[in-house]
Amino acid sequence: MASAKKSDVNLENAMVMADPALADWLVAAPLILGFIFGAICLMQRKNVLLQTRIALFGLLLMLIADIGLFINVWQNGTVVMTMGRWLPPFGITFAADMLGATFALVAGIVGLAGGIYALSDVDSTSRRYGFYPFLLLMLAGVTTAFLTGDIFNLYVWFEVLLISSFGLIVLGSERRQLDGAIKYAFLNLVATTLFLIGVAYLYGVFGTLNMADIARKAPALQEAEGPHFAIAIMFLFAFAMKAAAFPLNAWLPASYHTPRIAVSAVFAGLLTKVGVYALLRIFLTMFPADRDELGAVIAIIAALTMLVGALGALAQTDIRRVLGYLVISGIGLMLAGLALGSETGISGSIFYAAHSMIVMTALYLLAGIIGRLMGTFDLHKAGGLYQASPWLGALCLVLAFSVSGLPPFSGLWPKVLLVKGSIDVGAWWLAAAIIVSGFLTTIAMVRVFSFSFWRTRAEGLVEIGPISREGRIKLYAALGLTALTVIAGVYPEPFIQVSDRVAFELTHPQTYIDAVFGGNQEGGGQ
Amino acid sequence: MQLTFYALFAPFIAALFAPMLVRIFSHNAAWILALVPALLFFHYTGFLPEISDGGRVTGGVEWIPSFNVNFSWFIDGLSLTFALLITGIGTLIILYAGGYMKGHQQQGRFLSFMLMFMGAMQGLVLSDSFLMFFVFWELTSITSFLLIGFNHDKERSRRAAMQALVVTGLGGLSLLAGLIMIWNITGVSEISLLLGTGDALRESPFYLAAFLLVLGGAFTKSAQFPLHFWLPNAMEAPTPVSAYLHSATMVKAGVFLLMRMNPVMGDTALWETVLPLFGGATLLVGTWLAVRQTDLKLMLAYTTVASLGLLVMLTGFGTEKAIEGAVLYLIAHSLFKGCLFMVAGNVDHEAGTRDVTKLGGLMAAMPITFGAALLAALSMGGLPPFVGFLAKEEIYYGIASADSWSIFVTGVAIIGNALMLVIGFAVALKPFLGPKVETPKSAHEAPLLMFAGPVVLAALGLVGGLLSGVFHKLFSSPMASAVAGTPLEIKITVIPHLGLALTLSVITVALGVVMYWGMAWLREKMASLLKAIGWGPDVGFDQFIRGLVKGSTALTRRLQTGSMEFYVTTVFVVLGISLFVALYKADEWPQLPAIPSLFIYEWAVILICVIGLFSVIFAKNRLTAIVSLGIQGFGVALLFMLMGAPDLAFTQFMVETLSVVILALVMTRLRLLPQDHRSAYQTFQDGFIALGAATAMTLILLGVVQTEFDPTLSEFFNAYSYTIAQGKNIVNVILVDFRGVDTFGEIAVVMVSGLAILALIRILPKKTNPDVPRSENTEEIF
Repeated sequence: MASAKKSDVNLENAMVMADPALADWLVAAPLILGFIFGAICLMQRKNVLLQTRIALFGLLLMLIADIGLFINVWQNGTVVMTMGRWLPPFGITFAADMLGATFALVAGIVGLAGGIYALSDVDSTSRRYGFYPFLLLMLAGVTTAFLTGDIFNLYVWFEVLLISSFGLIVLGSERRQLDGAIKYAFLNLVATTLFLIGVAYLYGVFGTLNMADIARKAPALQEAEGPHFAIAIMFLFAFAMKAAAFPLNAWLPASYHTPRIAVSAVFAGLLTKVGVYALLRIFLTMFPADRDELGAVIAIIAALTMLVGALGALAQTDIRRVLGYLVISGIGLMLAGLALGSETGISGSIFYAAHSMIVMTALYLLAGIIGRLMGTFDLHKAGGLYQASPWLGALCLVLAFSVSGLPPFSGLWPKVLLVKGSIDVGAWWLAAAIIVSGFLTTIAMVRVFSFSFWRTRAEGLVEIGPISREGRIKLYAALGLTALTVIAGVYPEPFIQVSDRVAFELTHPQTYIDAVFGGNQEGGGQ
Repeated sequence: MQLTFYALFAPFIAALFAPMLVRIFSHNAAWILALVPALLFFHYTGFLPEISDGGRVTGGVEWIPSFNVNFSWFIDGLSLTFALLITGIGTLIILYAGGYMKGHQQQGRFLSFMLMFMGAMQGLVLSDSFLMFFVFWELTSITSFLLIGFNHDKERSRRAAMQALVVTGLGGLSLLAGLIMIWNITGVSEISLLLGTGDALRESPFYLAAFLLVLGGAFTKSAQFPLHFWLPNAMEAPTPVSAYLHSATMVKAGVFLLMRMNPVMGDTALWETVLPLFGGATLLVGTWLAVRQTDLKLMLAYTTVASLGLLVMLTGFGTEKAIEGAVLYLIAHSLFKGCLFMVAGNVDHEAGTRDVTKLGGLMAAMPITFGAALLAALSMGGLPPFVGFLAKEEIYYGIASADSWSIFVTGVAIIGNALMLVIGFAVALKPFLGPKVETPKSAHEAPLLMFAGPVVLAALGLVGGLLSGVFHKLFSSPMASAVAGTPLEIKITVIPHLGLALTLSVITVALGVVMYWGMAWLREKMASLLKAIGWGPDVGFDQFIRGLVKGSTALTRRLQTGSMEFYVTTVFVVLGISLFVALYKADEWPQLPAIPSLFIYEWAVILICVIGLFSVIFAKNRLTAIVSLGIQGFGVALLFMLMGAPDLAFTQFMVETLSVVILALVMTRLRLLPQDHRSAYQTFQDGFIALGAATAMTLILLGVVQTEFDPTLSEFFNAYSYTIAQGKNIVNVILVDFRGVDTFGEIAVVMVSGLAILALIRILPKKTNPDVPRSENTEEIF
């Protein structure tokens, strides 16, 4: 079927001729590292101790790669690499802009914290049956989803992270877990399938899968006939469901409290944010015109999501369920910036996303520690922790105020940016929703603190012992994340600088297109 | 002056060391820790000459340049007087807490919280930038939450702490919105610049919104009726907390905010109606509720509420004299109320009770405390020669005139002041005079650490009155000027001048004395009145929180039913609706497709697919349905084959076979009912949703097919798959080369699925694992 003769081919028409800079390989490093270390762990799965060490080393290397990539992108702009050296849009392009690099960096931190916490949380049976390989592959999937510049390839990483997370959620095989896992997997599969159908439709209309290519073709094609808007809505639906936005959030409260805490924690930090990332990428880089159309709709979704999440948190008596709903509430805030579409708003969303990834993970880790100390996650039976460990109480308060958006912790600043962004455009009701949801979150979290720390322990329950030496490892993981929220709260300048940069790039999608096609508007193959 | 920069952090740093110092020096650590506020006080006195000459000091460093937020301070008459009160009284309070909490296990933690609160309060009054102001504002809420809940094993304490945080925290959020709004209206984000914007705010169409939002912050913090209830409940805190938070600091923050905003927000009809109205109501409610109490601290707490009402009323009244009166009263109140709270604490500490009906005749045992109490009560009652007298005279000068609004306000002020005199004397005299009453502890004088504070504050109330010239020059005149926005000079002295104000003062005192005699009767009447009403905002707060939790529980139960059918239904209803709306909105309906011209055997295959689908729907049991689904799948695979895609057809055959086998296997293991029972209505509803969503998807697909396909990619693959990638089968080359990374990912998916299934089969659930707590619910409930 192939027509031309091999000899009369000019490679320059089909391939990238220049060698990529060594630093550019960092864009593929999280994927390569995750898969290699995952594979080694699998080979060593019987040797639990060795496997654990290898996995942690791998997670650390992934984080280092993320840091390297972040610095590289910060200094030199978007890093682009097309797999197999095919010219974009023909091969699969990886393109790390500030958005991708920032999310990847935070994901790396969350992954490492989860891995460390798991040292004393996940039993050896679960480790033998693949806890660390699942974690590594999930992290590789999540990170690469942030870095790929090809929409079908994005789908592939969604699948990788979905199936690895399924592996993580069922480890333990308890009835409760299976119930959660089935709901999680089935509803997520619906969303993923819709995403896939959407990609197929998109290819039918655009004839390309490269995001930058789609972005540059979008303005002209959207004038033409064809169901562009409906396709955009399909993506909105699929990713809103992935992000657990109201009213498509049911899968999250149904499942996040069932697996081991280390698993819940990394889920809370990573999974929904991939959905948020995809929404930002699609509606800011690819279809900004559709975003302008949909701003009001997204704003309503955002407001409802934050309120339903915060109210849900208030209704719960199981600490883990409280946190599950707070994850949802946070998604609403991230969508608020997308709804506004202004640089201030988007910057707020980005900062909030990074904040939420860190703080929600830390909160789950903390919940695990206090749950183990008290022997229950049930707030009705909680109490007495203040006496046992005042420092743990301080940690809990810091995180509670941080997630509620009170100063001087990291939750405040993105909320201020979002409120300012809302008032700037007269969307006072969105500002009100942000403020009211923060207020409700404060009540929910202070109740958790008051019940488990301040209240005296009920008679007849087991004495609360000191934190074991093993348990201290968990504490270090939680402490590390908490330190980040304090730093970002007290000195937010660098964090706002980063999110401003991300917001600038997202509101100027031409920078992304130019980076992928080397500034040459014609690109390859035209 | 960069020293101020460090001054803003000093209390927080001291707070870090407090627990350690207490461990080493026990309660004497208070002497060392009190040095910090003392030095700060000294630092701020350095500004007095410049500020009293009408100067203003600003300074700061960049904090968040990306967001135009500086870490900057602004010192004028208002903030300087506040800073001096905060650090001055703060010094005495730290000492007092050293004595009061002596031997308490958590004294270090307590002092640490106190210092943090002090730092927050100091930052609040000195902040120049809006956001810094807000940060410190919320920090006072947070630290007061820790202080009020200090006795955390008592349910009442926890509730009071929560209540204070909820009320003042919400107010803080309202304030944030208000500040951002002001920022947007005026374009400035620093208080010192805002004061120079003239009428910009008043003339803005958003003035009302900004006004209400700022009021939300001020009224919650300064406990204005009907949001006053958190303040008396906060008396659950140890007495040093009450003496500090409820005299000069926390609760005055709201008044501070109103005074700050007065030059740019005041002088409007709205301002001059709403503030006196709420302030007056608060004054009356506070005093009448105070009469009813028998607990010394609660009596004082309610008079604090009343005083805050008076201050708000005066701030909103709109005359210069009223502002002068407010300023004088604010300073006087800080001094006498701080003193009286500490007196109440001393009585409680030494005699073992704070119930005024169980106290009497302590004068002999506690002469120094009594002396301080007496001086403070005289100031509170507004008698010469105390600062309280200056304040009351100036208030009456400010508000008394002939129009009906002034008469009304004056009447409110007279009743309020008279009642405050009653309470002041009840607190200062009742426990000390009269016959000795047996108390739980045998009383004796409090130690130096504990009487130093009351004595100094009481004495200052006297000195300020006597040296009124110096007092006005240094403190009250610059402060009043800052509040009014124009230079003011207060001249009032303790020498009474015949006139309307003095007459009103005399009436007030006379009324007070009469009511003091009839206090027992008044208390009884108030008690029965309140019982008759039976409801108050405090009860309302509980109802609100309970209602909120109940409401959220009901909502969450509805949304999160635990039933998979419900979730799936929701998802597809939302999908169908949003796709149809999208098609409608953007008018992207496809054209009606022409009937394709197919060969008869192609039609036959399509017919097989349709039959397969129908038998899925109408199958009697699930196993038949699964097999029928396989028929449909095979039909599609056949179509692929006929249309010239053998690779695809082959894959489809494999997948369909596997799916049927796996689904059938799962069916047998899941022990589901063999039949799928649905009511007719249910069948109709499910069918409608399914058809709706599917129709929408089909319409979009038709639209996609009707667009012109861009073949760039296919042409490229066609051109280079053999020449460069060296493969003759383009599909294969796409899979392994052009899009090899996709395949790589998909291979991983297959492998991970296998591993997950392995884990699922091999790991046996543990029956009980004491290490890993699990909730009892095995099924999801909501």
